[in-house]
Amino acid sequence: MTSNNQVQSTIRRVLDDKRGMPGALLPILHDIQDELGHVPPEAVADIAEALNLSRAEVHGVISYYHHFRTEAPKGAVVQVCRAEACQSCGSEALWEHASKQAKGQNVTLESVYCLGLCATAPSMSINDKPYARVSHARFDHLLAQLKEAA
Amino acid sequence: MSKIKIYVPRDSEALALGADEVAAVIALQARQRGIPIELVRNSSRGMFWLEPLVEVATKKGRVAYGPVQPEDVAGLFDVGFHNGGAHKLGLGLTDEIDYLKKQERLTFARMGITDPVSLDDYQAHEGYAGLCKALTLKPTEVVQQVLDSGLRGRGGAAFPAGIKWKTVAAAQAEQKYVVCNADEGDSGTFSDRMTMEGDPYMLIEGMTIAAMATGATRGYIYVRSEYPHAIAALNEAIARATEAGFLGNKDGKGVLGSGQAFHLEVRKGAGSYVCGEETAMLESIEGKRGVVRAKPPIPALKGLFGQPTVINNVITFASVPIILARGAAFYANYGLGRSRGTLPIQIAGNVKHGGLVEKAFGVTLRELMVDYGGGTASGRPIKAVQVGGPLGAYVPEAHWDLPMDYEGWTAVGATVGHGGIVIHDDTADLSRLARYAMEFCAIESCGKCTPCRIGSTRGVETIDRITQGDAQNRPQQVKLLRDLCDTMVNGSLCAMGGMTPFPVLSALNHYPEDFGLSKPDRKAA
Ligand SMILES: Cc1cc2nc3c(=O)[nH]c(=O)nc-3n(C[C@H](O)[C@H](O)[C@H](O)COP(=O)(O)O)c2cc1C
Ligand code: SF4
Ligand code: FES
Repeated sequence: MTSNNQVQSTIRRVLDDKRGMPGALLPILHDIQDELGHVPPEAVADIAEALNLSRAEVHGVISYYHHFRTEAPKGAVVQVCRAEACQSCGSEALWEHASKQAKGQNVTLESVYCLGLCATAPSMSINDKPYARVSHARFDHLLAQLKEAA
Repeated sequence: MSKIKIYVPRDSEALALGADEVAAVIALQARQRGIPIELVRNSSRGMFWLEPLVEVATKKGRVAYGPVQPEDVAGLFDVGFHNGGAHKLGLGLTDEIDYLKKQERLTFARMGITDPVSLDDYQAHEGYAGLCKALTLKPTEVVQQVLDSGLRGRGGAAFPAGIKWKTVAAAQAEQKYVVCNADEGDSGTFSDRMTMEGDPYMLIEGMTIAAMATGATRGYIYVRSEYPHAIAALNEAIARATEAGFLGNKDGKGVLGSGQAFHLEVRKGAGSYVCGEETAMLESIEGKRGVVRAKPPIPALKGLFGQPTVINNVITFASVPIILARGAAFYANYGLGRSRGTLPIQIAGNVKHGGLVEKAFGVTLRELMVDYGGGTASGRPIKAVQVGGPLGAYVPEAHWDLPMDYEGWTAVGATVGHGGIVIHDDTADLSRLARYAMEFCAIESCGKCTPCRIGSTRGVETIDRITQGDAQNRPQQVKLLRDLCDTMVNGSLCAMGGMTPFPVLSALNHYPEDFGLSKPDRKAA
């Protein structure tokens, strides 16, 4: 777990590093999320102050984009693609299967709309590592590997 | 003994199929067997059913094996694949593989052949010939080359690239920008991803030529967050190109001593489809919510931070180097009608031989789906095909033999878009796909206009009432859905709301039985 101090110092460092960039808000949010796993609500005031924006503006941006999360993810982030090309190869059934299997496990399961692996569908990613042609058995295997690694 | 060159792709689709694991086993086995090898992590040839595709350089040329799994590697060494030995996974000379041989690879000429981040490799394969040529021309002559080539935007709207460049070049401003739209949110498309991961200097070179032609000194590549490998490859390539003086302002002398600087930076998106719309993308780069701007003003005059901005898709920019290197006429010689040149087409979905096929305009859907694609992966009949992403229509079989070109296809309600083809077999339910199109629009709408924001949600409900409700009410609900689509088409600011009706209505018109409608209802179309 990251302590409060660490959170604060990460936010400070990112702000010092990036506040001068043109259009700095997204790069700042990305850096914070990449390091902390999410954008903690307490970061909003600091970001707003550093960029001379209102808190509402910063909050509005965070909530607008699907990528940003305000709570720490649980375990590994597992994204299952549910866009058309993957649908044509059974991604809806995979999604249902994944939802069942992930229940109670230490993973954060999310929908994603295309990973650019559409020629070998269905696709998914685990912490940004891509997987293609994912059968239910392969999904179970990957999930078991995650458990082992934990 | 000289080292044997073995190639294992680093494209993320190859990685998704185990390329890293295969590369590791090859390295280990070679060491254990005392065979000196040089392992090159090349880009993908784009034949994804064969990935991981391992190649070996032999006297006769590169020989391919695939798809290779880690457990196949020992057997490959046993038969001496490193000298081109025969094996059941052997595919012969890579260049002789029919799927590749029949293509017209201009933009994707280096794809799968080179090490993506090696500048030497890039230059050894005609890389930077276009920029060097451009630097011998006046900016207006560079723009003229692009105009004469007939190159049109590959991101969807197919607007002539040269006209945009001309507008920006003529604009007076302290600061101009070149922005690359690498948001590639359409399902079934991956040519931008392949380019960024597999030949990043080609995109960088194209953008640099645009900068030199228009007087822009800063550039951004807006890449979706779902593409971490593309972002990493671009960042590495930008750093190396800057170091070597192809970018930036080395010794204060500009790009290759031209006197004009060009600073290029990657910006990461954040999972919003509508940020692929060019003005929403600009808002996003500026650090705001990705809400679509009304036009005019056009971005070419008032774009990023209010300054004149060239915005093009990855493939548009990537097509420019060869146009400059070989001349506008060379490129314009390919294609038909007002659709000049080639298009890197992506064959995806339920398909046996999915991948990247670059062909001149004029190719037909049937050739792509059957001759290249080999039909469905499931072996069942093809039922439906969606072309041009989530906003593209489902194209009925009657149009599968129409030569691909922007005008000809528009005339029958089909969109070329970014050239993605998604195939569905006969288990597909087109009412579900129509519902999904509305649902996707509801999720991704930027919220600026009511027909798109609210209409899409109403669309989902109406489709549900058609498919699940009382049969008696069905004709009335169908009428309601058509009215709603009309409103979306006519009352939306951008193509998100304006084109979502394309997949919905084409599904309804061509597959009425999936909506519980009998054929006569079709007349209502
Ligand atoms: C909802 C929506 C999403 C879009 N997504 C993309 C995209 O991901 N990539 C892209 O290049 N163009 C996309 N476009 C088209 C752009 O608005 C714009 O036409 C394009 O970036 C211009 O470049 P081009 O002329 O080189 O095609 C999208 C348009 C809309 C309405
Ligand atoms: S059509 Fe939709 S996405 Fe486009 S501007 Fe209107 S609300 Fe935004
Ligand atoms: S649609 Fe799933 S990876 Fe593209």
